[in-house]
Amino acid sequence: MKNADIPWIEGTVGTPVGDVPRVRTSLTSRDCLGALARRWTLGRSSFTVAPGLYAVGVPSAESVVLVTANYKMSFDRLRRELTGIDAWILVLDTKGINIWCAAGKGTFGTDELVHRVKAVGLEQVVTHRKLILPQLGAPGVSAHEVRKRSGFHVVYGPVRAADLPRFLSAGMKADPEMRRVRFGLADRAAVVPVEIVQGGGHVLLIAAAFTLLGGLGPDGYRLDRVLSVGIPDALLVLGAFLGGAVLTPLLLPFLPGRPFAWKGMCTGLFVVLVLWAALHGLPGTPGPLALAAWLAMGAALASFVAMNFTGASTYTSLSGVRKEMRYAVPAQAVAVVVGLALLAVARFTGIHG
Amino acid sequence: MPVFGLKYIRGVTTLQLDTNACTGCGMCLTVCPHAVLAPACCGKVAIANRDACMECGACARNCPVGALSVQAGVGCAAAIIQGALRGTEPTCGCCDDGKGTSCC
Repeated sequence: MKNADIPWIEGTVGTPVGDVPRVRTSLTSRDCLGALARRWTLGRSSFTVAPGLYAVGVPSAESVVLVTANYKMSFDRLRRELTGIDAWILVLDTKGINIWCAAGKGTFGTDELVHRVKAVGLEQVVTHRKLILPQLGAPGVSAHEVRKRSGFHVVYGPVRAADLPRFLSAGMKADPEMRRVRFGLADRAAVVPVEIVQGGGHVLLIAAAFTLLGGLGPDGYRLDRVLSVGIPDALLVLGAFLGGAVLTPLLLPFLPGRPFAWKGMCTGLFVVLVLWAALHGLPGTPGPLALAAWLAMGAALASFVAMNFTGASTYTSLSGVRKEMRYAVPAQAVAVVVGLALLAVARFTGIHG
Repeated sequence: MPVFGLKYIRGVTTLQLDTNACTGCGMCLTVCPHAVLAPACCGKVAIANRDACMECGACARNCPVGALSVQAGVGCAAAIIQGALRGTEPTCGCCDDGKGTSCC
């Protein structure tokens, strides 16, 4: 795509290394729709920005250089904060991955930064030797090595682009709050769609299987049981999944325990109990044995899904996740096996507990 | 404002600080997203909030004298499962093909 066809580019700025595209600082509805689609992982292919140098406002040789990833959402979050600021933006090739994730993988890293600085001829564009990086790029970038290899001094800016104007006007000083990562309700809600999309397909299949299995009983297969038993079972599966994928992230700080698997188990038990009471009453006609089976399986499913939310969180460590998985995964497996066995006994013996 | 209730499993981090090597330059204080380190006596830093460490590795990578070490990695169950299945280190396989969902 030519620059002239890109809606977020408006003209160019002349430099000793040639014309540099100037980007708009206001987002259009198309940018926002793209971000929304990305959250739901639709149309995922074209959410990148070409790596290289860009201009904001009317930058000069003294203007600051802000470094970001070529994930469009990272780039958009940066440019929308820069109204009234003259700056250069250096976009690194992170293969379309956000800054923090790319830093963890090393693609937002020392090598790519040093390479990109040289590739765009940055030392001819600016007279100073400073690069402002987002703080969350630090896991991938070694500031002292960048200095040694490129002559540029790395300054770590705030975690959030929204704090950049304040950081710049304070003379590149961040207050402690700007340096802290948060994981508030809005942050957690924003990553819920990814959880639903990632697990949703499998869960629908499981729910469909239980719908069909509902017809089985001591007297063979009966279609009316698909409705009276199969459909409620499928709803329990979906409910437990949503307990792990939606309720657990949203209620994260208020759920008991520190391991995510434990938090998910609690939500799973709660959701199954509430749904069961609504569908069958307590203990209801399917009986306490079937209820126990679903509590075990629902807790296991929600626990597993919640455990996978560790990757979307901003405060879990590899050592910690390993530790919780060591007991959570076997426990989840046992709960599923026991749950299936109990359900089979309840179904085929006609024992209602 | 403290993040209410968002505290992860205690006593697991692999973060280590060699106080003798530390020059007190403060780079680790700048890059840590969870204020794990704090200025301490005699122009050095100290690990002040060990259990908040998420092992991102930013401090170790940016310590010019190698005073900090940590087994850095992603605190992501899906990545650990991926790694176990492929026989590799934990990896966000979702990001590698350039089209998968970003789990991070």
